[in-house]
Amino acid sequence: MTVSNETVFTPEDLAAVEEIRKRYPTAQAALMGVLHLYTRRFGPITEKAIRHVAELLGLTPEDVLSVVTFYEMYHRPPARWNILVCTNVSCRLCGAGMVLETLRDVLGIGPGETTPDGLFAVQEAECLGSCGTAPMLSVNEEYHERLTPDAIRALIERLKPASPPDAWGGGSR
Amino acid sequence: MERYEPVLLPAVENLHRIDIYEAHGGYERIRKAFTMSPAKVIAEVKASGLRGRGGAAFPTGLKWSFMPAETDRPKYLCVNADESEPGSFKDRQILERNPHLLIEGILIAGWAMGIGTAYIYIRGEYESWARMVERALAEAHERGYIGARMRETFGTDYAIDIHVHRGAGAYICGEESSLMNSIEGLRPYPRIKPPFPAQRGLWGCPTTINNVETIANVPVIIERGAAWYASVGAEKQPGPILYGISGHVNRPGVYEFPTGMLLTELIYDVAGGVPGGKCIKMVIPGGTSMPPLRGDRIEGVRMDVESLKAVGCGIGTASLIVMDEDTDLLDVLTRIASFYWNESCGQCTPCREGTGWMFKILQRLQGGDGGPGDLDLLVSVAGNIEGNTVCALGEAAAWPVKYTIERFRSELEEHVRRHATKRSTGGPIRTLAGSETRIPISSQRENP
Repeated sequence: MTVSNETVFTPEDLAAVEEIRKRYPTAQAALMGVLHLYTRRFGPITEKAIRHVAELLGLTPEDVLSVVTFYEMYHRPPARWNILVCTNVSCRLCGAGMVLETLRDVLGIGPGETTPDGLFAVQEAECLGSCGTAPMLSVNEEYHERLTPDAIRALIERLKPASPPDAWGGGSR
Repeated sequence: MERYEPVLLPAVENLHRIDIYEAHGGYERIRKAFTMSPAKVIAEVKASGLRGRGGAAFPTGLKWSFMPAETDRPKYLCVNADESEPGSFKDRQILERNPHLLIEGILIAGWAMGIGTAYIYIRGEYESWARMVERALAEAHERGYIGARMRETFGTDYAIDIHVHRGAGAYICGEESSLMNSIEGLRPYPRIKPPFPAQRGLWGCPTTINNVETIANVPVIIERGAAWYASVGAEKQPGPILYGISGHVNRPGVYEFPTGMLLTELIYDVAGGVPGGKCIKMVIPGGTSMPPLRGDRIEGVRMDVESLKAVGCGIGTASLIVMDEDTDLLDVLTRIASFYWNESCGQCTPCREGTGWMFKILQRLQGGDGGPGDLDLLVSVAGNIEGNTVCALGEAAAWPVKYTIERFRSELEEHVRRHATKRSTGGPIRTLAGSETRIPISSQRENP
């Protein structure tokens, strides 16, 4: 896994942390917001990140760890484009299988896998609230709905030249 | 079908913009509420008969009345936009198309209960919708409708701050006490009740948690009055409601109508019926945690708490999932079981272990390794989860299994036999549940 070495918040980030803190009576409540900020900047939360965030908010690393391990979004694979395919009931009834098959066809990977160049990762997801516009997938939290094989192929084509494979770390999300 | 004019999601273009919202009477309802005493606002909401739209259908006015009027402690409102129940996609529509209605509802609720801070808890994956709400909040701030400037704008002593709190991908955070722990930055295990949130909620202070759609109904009640509201839809659960219709229908989507609509009316008239004119095998009327109904038993059934209770069902989030005659029920049930296993927080043993057992037994049946006795085993495991957990996820996981087996027993038995035959002849076994592909979180963390 390539992780950017510069996993240190900039003054702008620290100002954003301060903004988050102001919303709550305790520093601990700012934790999720800060973790979101961190993942957006540097990718999945690492042990180093846990220590860093704990220090920033005056918490113990255990406080942070107990929250980090609970949530799915702090552990997205370190790919440039994180593709989530909802396979829950409504999407399943309306073609989630087609979405996975098309992605396998185009990218050569299935759920839980990342392309060798680190550009795409595919994961099965729980219901993402697109039941009326099934089937769907999201790319870095951006929703693509009412999918057809052609729409999926066109989407992947659009994403492909986005950036060199090793550039995901430096604030690409 | 009677003509109905939507009030939660009216057909007004760009209503999400504050100028358009104001041009359509926006932020006039909070002015009206300020002319009423807080107690009068609560009485009005009580009289309207509004019941929560997040799944439990608890009377909203009654919930508000539990908040202590006199207290030295700060009071909080949490708006639940963690919409994660499979089949539910309605709150998203309000966040996107009418966010100022939600904000105005929060102002009125805040005034009624004397609340100084509100958090809108938006599921992490709704990043785009969190941005939409943030934008609406910024507009409202600029106009002086939120925060300290409210005092000038409305000429009152009352002010409230509203913040967005984003989740990070955990279904359990839609449970109100889990949601509060999530906001506090703790591991979001549900809390034991009592004490109830109105006594000890966020940071031990009096707190009310309401669903997005529930709050969006409040300005409508203030504008049109409790009597009008109570006259709309079903007597014991009145008002407008957002029906989410998905699965095997020609026109899936979110539709606003009065409560108490016929299921058949919603499926055939509103959502255009089943593709290919097929018959309906099963309908889940309220999100996957509600007991399913047989397709041949939906005639005459209405979508409201009391009517659905009478047929052994619940309204949940009023999210109908329609499945046609060709649907593989074992496959659907396995996927549902996999969901609750994945989303069980792990705090209570019956749920943590039982959800996994149910999923494994169902997978075994799907793979052709099970036997008819497994259906009874599933019912037994479900029965040992139900009622034995801190929160309602236990029931949410147990009910679909228990009731699908109860209501489709012969079909499932037949299915099990067929799958077993397939196995013995070396036929293909295909599953999409994908549990094997999930990577345990611990192995995803980078080592120091």
